[in-house]
Amino acid sequence: MDYHIMRTFADSWGLLAMLLFFIGASIFAFRPGSKVLSEEAARIPLKDD
Amino acid sequence: MKHGSAIIGLGVATFLVLLAAGFAYDAAFASHMWVLFFVLLISVVVLLRRTTFEPALVINRSAYMDEPIRYGVIATMLWAVVGLLVGVIVALQLAYPELNIEPWFNFGRMRPLHTSGVIFAFCGNALLATSFYVVQRTSRARLFGGDLVWFVFWGYQLFIVMAATGYLLGITEGREYAEPEWYVDLWLTIVWVAYLVVFLGTILKREEPHIYVANWFYLSFIVTVAMLHVVNNLSMPVSLLGTKSYSAFSGVQDALTQWWYGHNAVGFFLTAGFLGMMYYFVPKQANRPVYSYRLSIIHFWALIFLYIWAGPHHLHFTALPDWAQTLGMVFSIMLWMPSWGGMINGLMTLSGAWDKLRTDPIIRMMVAAIAFYGMSTFEGPMMSIKTVNSLSHYTDWTIGHVHSGALGWNGLIAFAALYYMVPKLWNRERLYSMRMVSWHFWCATLGIVIYAAVMWVAGIQQGLMWREHDEQGFLVYSFVESVAALHPYYLIRALGGGLYLAGALIMAWNVAMTILGYQRDEEPIGGAIPAMQPAE
Repeated sequence: MDYHIMRTFADSWGLLAMLLFFIGASIFAFRPGSKVLSEEAARIPLKDD
Repeated sequence: MKHGSAIIGLGVATFLVLLAAGFAYDAAFASHMWVLFFVLLISVVVLLRRTTFEPALVINRSAYMDEPIRYGVIATMLWAVVGLLVGVIVALQLAYPELNIEPWFNFGRMRPLHTSGVIFAFCGNALLATSFYVVQRTSRARLFGGDLVWFVFWGYQLFIVMAATGYLLGITEGREYAEPEWYVDLWLTIVWVAYLVVFLGTILKREEPHIYVANWFYLSFIVTVAMLHVVNNLSMPVSLLGTKSYSAFSGVQDALTQWWYGHNAVGFFLTAGFLGMMYYFVPKQANRPVYSYRLSIIHFWALIFLYIWAGPHHLHFTALPDWAQTLGMVFSIMLWMPSWGGMINGLMTLSGAWDKLRTDPIIRMMVAAIAFYGMSTFEGPMMSIKTVNSLSHYTDWTIGHVHSGALGWNGLIAFAALYYMVPKLWNRERLYSMRMVSWHFWCATLGIVIYAAVMWVAGIQQGLMWREHDEQGFLVYSFVESVAALHPYYLIRALGGGLYLAGALIMAWNVAMTILGYQRDEEPIGGAIPAMQPAE
């Protein structure tokens, strides 16, 4: 795999894949019902010592 | 037999190192192997003196494994003082060249000793200790791997000793923040993989269904640093028993690989790992959950995806292709958003508890750390803009920027985490003295402000002197004139660093007295609650 193949991949499919993953992760974080779950998760450090 | 396999392993290693010293290809390698030989020999003797043949004590598998963390806390404190002290020495060496004692203690060898001392020894040990502390408590599981944890701790200390002595002997790859030569790099790789196994193993056997966000940050730090370290140090040694090696990359590719590593060492070692620290210790000290858990997830992924591209801004106006420089600049500016997402999340965790700033110097230290994080992550993207960079590049402004981040953000948040952990780890009711924490806070903050402000002035003056030209296009100043002009600033900078070191020494005393079980008799901070006056 030479430099040009890697570079072309990075600014096309690679970029798209990372963008989609990020959008997906953002949507997942704000999915319906996540508010209660995330408030629970935020309390994990306060549970014990 | 207690420590049996460790004694045998270390004994064999000591003998092999002696052979390596004897058959060394170059003199530097022989000296370095002698250093290693004596370090290992002392370790074997210490272990032999501590061994017993009694049946092993039954380990309570349900309790947290805190002994390596106690060692980690002490190591962090020790390396903090050493690293900061070397920093003050190199600052004075710049102001007074007579202090360069050749060959071992001149600036060129002392500077990597300072940078590695504070980044890898102080911050690295802080990350090891806090990550082991946090992952157990947020997973509600004992550390995975048993004695492997000890291998990680002592293996990492050996890496630090080998790196530090190598610098003083003049053994270096000349790659900033990646100076250790190939054989020390290989050792760190082994230790780091063991660290990953311990951390990931603990997460996998967790009792808590959800992986708390601090662990995500710690894990990304461990995984990314492994990748950066391996790729940047791909090199071919000249001899199996020699110091010198040659990089697998050449020219501008090598430079870009180095700064891809260098910037992400900042991004993942000094940012992601320390955000993990922030996401556990700020909620604990404030006794409030993090402001927005969902924001922490969004800014985690944004930080991961953006940081990795920002490295080229270290190579503005070099042989690196223009598009790559622009890419680095654009991603650096975008990075501002997730950085400030983290800052807002940390600061807002205190909303409704701001009164604690008055009475709790540890909270004060955390808030100052997060504020410095916000400030340096604003300054960084600004300096990566090409027009700003044309003035700031290669000047002391960069040094000031790095120190507002390292002393302000990394230093203060690590100190605050240590202050939180020490009474808990040694089962003390409280720290030896809260008032001394306050003194530490003010010494450190004043030190950073002096340092950063004087480096702004020095750096901008330096940049302006370098580019000043007359109407015919000739440069007005020679380089040495710009060096001479910086002398007073270098003195003030050493004062700022000295104040920061003084704060760390106060802390070392406070921590030592807490561990020994003393409590200073003192007035509580904030005074007594004012008596209410009944209305007449």
